[in-house]
Amino acid sequence: MSASPVESSAASSDVLRRYALTVGDTSLILAQRLGEWIGHAPALEEDLALANIALDLLGQARYLLSHAAELQGGERTEDDVAFLRDPQDFLNLSLVEQPNGDFGQTIVRQFLVDAWQLELFERLQQSSEPRLADLAAKAIKETRYHFRFSSGWVVRLGDGTEESHRRVQTALDALWRFTHEMFVASPAEQEAAALGIAPDPASLAAGWSSRVDEVLKEATLKRPADVAYSWHGKRGQHSEHLSRLLAEMQSMQRTYPGAQW
Amino acid sequence: MVAAASPVEREVWRLLTEVPDPEIPILNVIELGVVRYVRDEQERGIAVGVSPTYTGCPATEVIQASIKEHLQRAGFAAVRVDTVLAPPWTSDWLTESAREKLREYGIAPPAESVESPRRLWSEPTVQCPRCSSKQSERVSEFASTPCKALYRCTACLEPFEYFKCI
Repeated sequence: MSASPVESSAASSDVLRRYALTVGDTSLILAQRLGEWIGHAPALEEDLALANIALDLLGQARYLLSHAAELQGGERTEDDVAFLRDPQDFLNLSLVEQPNGDFGQTIVRQFLVDAWQLELFERLQQSSEPRLADLAAKAIKETRYHFRFSSGWVVRLGDGTEESHRRVQTALDALWRFTHEMFVASPAEQEAAALGIAPDPASLAAGWSSRVDEVLKEATLKRPADVAYSWHGKRGQHSEHLSRLLAEMQSMQRTYPGAQW
Repeated sequence: MVAAASPVEREVWRLLTEVPDPEIPILNVIELGVVRYVRDEQERGIAVGVSPTYTGCPATEVIQASIKEHLQRAGFAAVRVDTVLAPPWTSDWLTESAREKLREYGIAPPAESVESPRRLWSEPTVQCPRCSSKQSERVSEFASTPCKALYRCTACLEPFEYFKCI
């Protein structure tokens, strides 16, 4: 294990690139999903809210994907990284690529991710990698607003009518199996944690859990039982939903390479 | 703010007060608090550090382009705009004149300082920019731009936008 300084710096830049994609792709894919709501949300205010949250997530993604592009070198830009990769090269959480379902399901997905991002960004502010620490310090301020919005709706729907309660409980039951992936390190996360540039994902579980439990209790929702982990989006193994999402998101750039607004 | 600024840098700071925010054009970029530094890098030109208000705010790119264009029109050939993420922009950096202008424009300025994240869990008292009543309610966490929320005055019944504390 006597890598030369040049080799070891190349290795750590590859770890950083993959880690930036893990966090950035999760924001990007969720932003794209939320964008599907524009013009379709139950009320204008919710339409605006989902679009604004998507915009914040897109901002995070742009920053991280630009960084990943720089680390890869050459003439690559954030656009190449977003639009010219295939599904297996995306490292997002499987949860965020799941379809929107009804408004309740979108809210539950958002709530579960917001709670995770709060824990992640809190810790990532201490990263030895300034680019990650700076982004985390910026993003956490926005994430607090996202969480307030999504948890507010979880309570309102969960503790609402019989119908709204049934729907969000069903969504929670359906999406819960994707949450375990948040806390099991992918190779990129493991290597990033070893280098001190990111927290060990397992260390985020307790904080996430208590944050989620507190809201579920107020929402009169039942926390589903944990199930065996079998989702590997962070390793590039995705559900078929990601391919369809990317087909739509990437079609312009793939059909007209280099096209600009 | 810039005690050691050179005459050239002071001139650039002054010019920047003429660059409006594209989404709230009554404010200029200095009042918005997004300009972090101005450096005269001699033969390499002028460098201006700008912070985004929100990571995904589309106005950021417009602001950066406007700054470049305005300074170039004023005779500075080489202008570089750097994105400065840390420390993150906060609504506390809106200048006093910005708060006053927002109110006149019909947007309630941030109600309190961003001291503690606990602030998020209690509702601030937001004063109606039209009738000054403190009886208002939040309609939506998000509004026409990422930096604002929607409120309604329960005294005069007018809806209004509120510039969020962040």
